[in-house]
Amino acid sequence: MLVLGAGPGGYAAAFMAADLGLAVTLVDEEINPGGVCLFRGCIPSKALLHASKLISDSREAAGIGIDFGKPVIDLKKLREWKDHVVQKLTAGLGQLCARRTIHYIRGHGRFLDSGSMEVKGSEGAEQKISFDHAIVASGSKPVTLPVASASRRVLDSTSALNLEDIPGQLLIVGGGYIGLEMGTVYCELGAEVSVVEMAPNLLPGTDSDLTDVLHARLARHFKSIMLTTRVTKVEEEGGGLRATLQGQDGKISRQHFDKMLVAIGRTPNSKGLGLENTDAELTPDGFLRVDPQRATTDPRIHAIGDVAGEPMLAHKATHEGRVAAISLSGGKAAFEPRAIPSVIFTNPEIAWCGVTETEARKRNIRFTITKFPWAASGRAATINRMDGFTKLILHPDTGRILGVGIVGDGCGELISEGVVAIEMGARASDLELCIHPHPTLSETIMESAQLATGYGTHFFKPQS
Amino acid sequence: MITEFKLPELGENILSGTVVKIPVKTGDSVKKEDTVLEIEASKATIEVPSPVDGIIREIAVQEGQEIKVGQLIMKIQTEGAKGAPEGKTEAKAPPPAQHAPIREEKAAAPPPETAEEVAAAPSVRRLARERAVDISKVKGSGPAGRILEEDVIAYARGIKKEQPAPEIQQELLPDFTQWGEIECVPMGATRLHIARHLSAAWHVIPHVTHFDKADITELEITLKKYSTRERALTITPFLIKIAASALKLFPHFNASVDMRKREIAYKKYFNIGVAVDTEKGLVVPVIRDVDKKNIFAIADELKEVSKRARANKLTIAEMQGGCFTITNLGGIGCTSFAPIIHWPEAAILGVPRSRWEPVYIDKQFVPRKVLTLSLSFDHRIIDGAEAARFLRWICQTAEQPLLLEMEG
Repeated sequence: MLVLGAGPGGYAAAFMAADLGLAVTLVDEEINPGGVCLFRGCIPSKALLHASKLISDSREAAGIGIDFGKPVIDLKKLREWKDHVVQKLTAGLGQLCARRTIHYIRGHGRFLDSGSMEVKGSEGAEQKISFDHAIVASGSKPVTLPVASASRRVLDSTSALNLEDIPGQLLIVGGGYIGLEMGTVYCELGAEVSVVEMAPNLLPGTDSDLTDVLHARLARHFKSIMLTTRVTKVEEEGGGLRATLQGQDGKISRQHFDKMLVAIGRTPNSKGLGLENTDAELTPDGFLRVDPQRATTDPRIHAIGDVAGEPMLAHKATHEGRVAAISLSGGKAAFEPRAIPSVIFTNPEIAWCGVTETEARKRNIRFTITKFPWAASGRAATINRMDGFTKLILHPDTGRILGVGIVGDGCGELISEGVVAIEMGARASDLELCIHPHPTLSETIMESAQLATGYGTHFFKPQS
Repeated sequence: MITEFKLPELGENILSGTVVKIPVKTGDSVKKEDTVLEIEASKATIEVPSPVDGIIREIAVQEGQEIKVGQLIMKIQTEGAKGAPEGKTEAKAPPPAQHAPIREEKAAAPPPETAEEVAAAPSVRRLARERAVDISKVKGSGPAGRILEEDVIAYARGIKKEQPAPEIQQELLPDFTQWGEIECVPMGATRLHIARHLSAAWHVIPHVTHFDKADITELEITLKKYSTRERALTITPFLIKIAASALKLFPHFNASVDMRKREIAYKKYFNIGVAVDTEKGLVVPVIRDVDKKNIFAIADELKEVSKRARANKLTIAEMQGGCFTITNLGGIGCTSFAPIIHWPEAAILGVPRSRWEPVYIDKQFVPRKVLTLSLSFDHRIIDGAEAARFLRWICQTAEQPLLLEMEG
């Protein structure tokens, strides 16, 4: 079996297939497995977000009587630490690969037909590999903004993570999760951050009650958040950039920035792979069309991860990788999740899984909602972060949990309980009857469930 | 591109069938909807159409083979494919032998759309996939209908029970050649199905048969009077109509018993099956919603469906959904007989040949046309007295058809 792309989907597929006894070749351009997630995505950004959280936490500590003073930031050391984290994790994956005797080839792969691939190595060496089955795990890349020229002042998520310097004025184009996470990093490191977003709210598609809590905090720290606004022109101007912004009312403003980060989405890597030499078909959006086993329309080629469709999330890719590998080894696997969790690692974090309120309305699903405010949580009070709430989206008749949405400090670690509940077909009463440890934020899930079934302990809801 | 054509769903509860004919061969070009396979399943011959236009590249089944839904039948290359000229195909590494089983197993997985709504843990959903159970059809016994592991196992067992009925243990046949020449012939799919079905019905249902006589002298005159060249009225359509009315009056006869669930399902529809003798064996097409049809319409439908039954053109759906069956051997003979119930129905009416009998009326014997009807019934849900009343009502209605309007 051949796996093209060694991101979290590709390496999970390769490892699983090797463990199940297949002879596996893994092709990737990087020296080790890891993909965008480890080299240029999740992992380095979370390392930097951890640093930025230390800065904000220590600043806010002054309010409870501990003043650390203004932090001194050694950008070079921070960069090195982040790179070290990446290096350590990817080297570990390289070892896991070797121990499974997976044949790892560094280079760019291109399908010659449904049974062979040409790999061009970094030094120009070419080799041809034949296979019985291939899994395409080629991932995705950032969408570029047509009006922004190729300037070193225009960053994408990859170059922003390189942390070359801290610009005085940074414009973030795109109020999605990448823009807001990187905006948070640069903001805490000292940049004045402005965000423009075309949609009328941040994190388009996310339930607005969740984003409202984040928006309220970001509005205090960012220089400006401009919604329903688009960038129509970007010009170089005296050691910086001049961006022309157009608001909803058509009003045009020109503003100066030192740098600009374009984070307006990602597009699947389905071009330049020689897929036209196979029978694998693409959707109009450029994703490979796949079935529940992740087989493409070419019976010998499977596809997983970002290139196989939304949502473009590492954990979804990993799960798909295992499904594809098990299926190709003769097992009966299918990709059929009830709840794919999403976490935005801003401050506060936003996390959800299952059906969102927005989606329930759109699909005309019947639901009820219960919300437990973190203001009523003892734990939230002790960490001095009462800005947040825990929301359950329930079936109105059975109380079955359809979705969970949380906003609040560190809530990314809480969402998995929601995933388990949804996948197990649990009801609010199941969560209510499980004892949750006190004092923790996880109690907010139990208390939210209590509200669904009648009476909460720490939140009084008059009975109608 | 190459389309892997797998055996599609053939009908409710039909998971497999026997290939009786493959009217195409490798290299043939076919059009979408062209028949590429004939399959016999549950006594019906089903023509399986091609899903696409294209050229048949490989046929993965043989005549006489028993195949399952989802199993690879053939590979069809569709037109306009980027598919390779001859030379290039050779250059490709031949797919290893493991391909076929992989495909086959994948096909057993139910589509995720159906799985989306049911409440079942991921491990239970996987178990269902492994057992080729469509989890959306499983009834959950957990809170709010949550499907548990044991529900899937019970369902998988249930399917197997309904599928090939339990084989009854049988002593080995003696060696007949010691007494003379014999010829052993394999059982056809239809015969095998009949054998299994009837063994199971006989095994499961405690049968009791009642007999009663109907004087049909007047009825025969009426039938003859209303017969035309186009529509010869026999007693069967008339009895079909009477049976539907009888089911309305005696709901226990329009029921099926489920010992596993300890439930009796009462049907609110009136579909009557009619046993038809064909070259391949007995088949039972079903006439639907008899209560809403008049006797002429029933006669026409019966004629049409019998014709198609003899031509082996019935679909499986046409042989399902019956409430009660009538088997008429009058055309051949018999004074009376005890038929086996067509499970999962509750009773069956046997119709022999009518005959002239001396009947004692007004202190003298007069010749009357008499029909000795028989009724086999499921004694688990129908008591003897009720069965006697049911059969009496049928006989009386045959004698005084006005009862159809008064009580039916």
